[in-house]
Amino acid sequence: MNTLSVWALPFIIILILTVALFKKVPLYETFTEGAKDGFKVSVNIIPYLVAIIVAISMFRASGIIEMLETAFAPILSHFNIPADTIPLMIVRSLSGSAALGVFSDIANTLGADDYATKLSAVMVGSSETTFYVLAVYFGAVGISKLRYALCVGLLADFIGIVAAIAVCNWMF
Amino acid sequence: MNYIFYFLIVISIVVGAINGRLPDVVNSILTGAELSVKVAFSLIGIMAFWLGMMKVAQKCGLVELIAKLIKPLTKRLFNEIPENSPAIGDIAMNFSANALGLTNAATPIGIKAMEELQKENIDKTSASNSMCMLLGMNTAGFQLIPATVIAVLIGIGYKNPTEIIAPTLIVTTIAFVSAIILAKIFQKFWAPQIPTLTKRITKDEVKV
Repeated sequence: MNTLSVWALPFIIILILTVALFKKVPLYETFTEGAKDGFKVSVNIIPYLVAIIVAISMFRASGIIEMLETAFAPILSHFNIPADTIPLMIVRSLSGSAALGVFSDIANTLGADDYATKLSAVMVGSSETTFYVLAVYFGAVGISKLRYALCVGLLADFIGIVAAIAVCNWMF
Repeated sequence: MNYIFYFLIVISIVVGAINGRLPDVVNSILTGAELSVKVAFSLIGIMAFWLGMMKVAQKCGLVELIAKLIKPLTKRLFNEIPENSPAIGDIAMNFSANALGLTNAATPIGIKAMEELQKENIDKTSASNSMCMLLGMNTAGFQLIPATVIAVLIGIGYKNPTEIIAPTLIVTTIAFVSAIILAKIFQKFWAPQIPTLTKRITKDEVKV
């Protein structure tokens, strides 16, 4: 299964370059012409990334996630949801590296056979970090008025969490 | 976003003070700012590489070919952009890269698609319906195989790590489809953008 990920990239690169050579596109010139924008785009993103990543780092450092964990634990245990996965549900939309960190932590402390490990694996594997994607994609083109974009992202994240719980309950 | 930004920062400081974690919160400003620059700079190289590759793919007609293949789908999802917009090819490539788990390639290509959509945007500071749709598709993070998660599971000695592929795929599909449906619903009820350009760009002009 993993071979798909390993082979996809080389295949795409070879395909692009071969078709281009066949069609007599000046490979080197065209490539460097496109690549020029890489620096500009990355630098454009910085102000947006700083705003969002700083706000989220502060949010995580304040200990509010632990408070929410204790608040929600009794309600969620009714639905057979382990309390260990609560921080993951919150952090999943905020920070990708933090979500992966929380997941590794759960996996390492509870072990392979625990239901919480499986549930959190599905939760992490099925989502992208909404706030990061928002900062990078909209930052690159200078969009500051989001309209309903964030609502869509967060609602879809919530639906993803509910779906993960339902599917894991059913399959494991 | 103004309220969210305010809310995140103020509530962090207040809660941090209650928890006696105020020094941590203050420190996190520095580490967060540093991290943002690190993230942006780590993107430069890979961004340049994929933007270069995409230019080659575009010049030889590959992007256009893929755009044609998925046209029936994109016509419905992105009903506001002209049919022959270069954005469609980029959106298709972005989706494929995401699905294959090639995040490094998906991000630069997605940004390129955003730039194309921005060209047709009537208000350059606010997100057009097409932009919200593209963002929704990306935040839902559709991917066929969760490679990173499987790597962690293998690391802790999980006997059968591939058993999480099926449930993850079901969940990611549900999230992805709901993001698209939600974007469509919001598009209907949200206040439309107000054109800021003195001259509104018509579809014919974009085609030229």
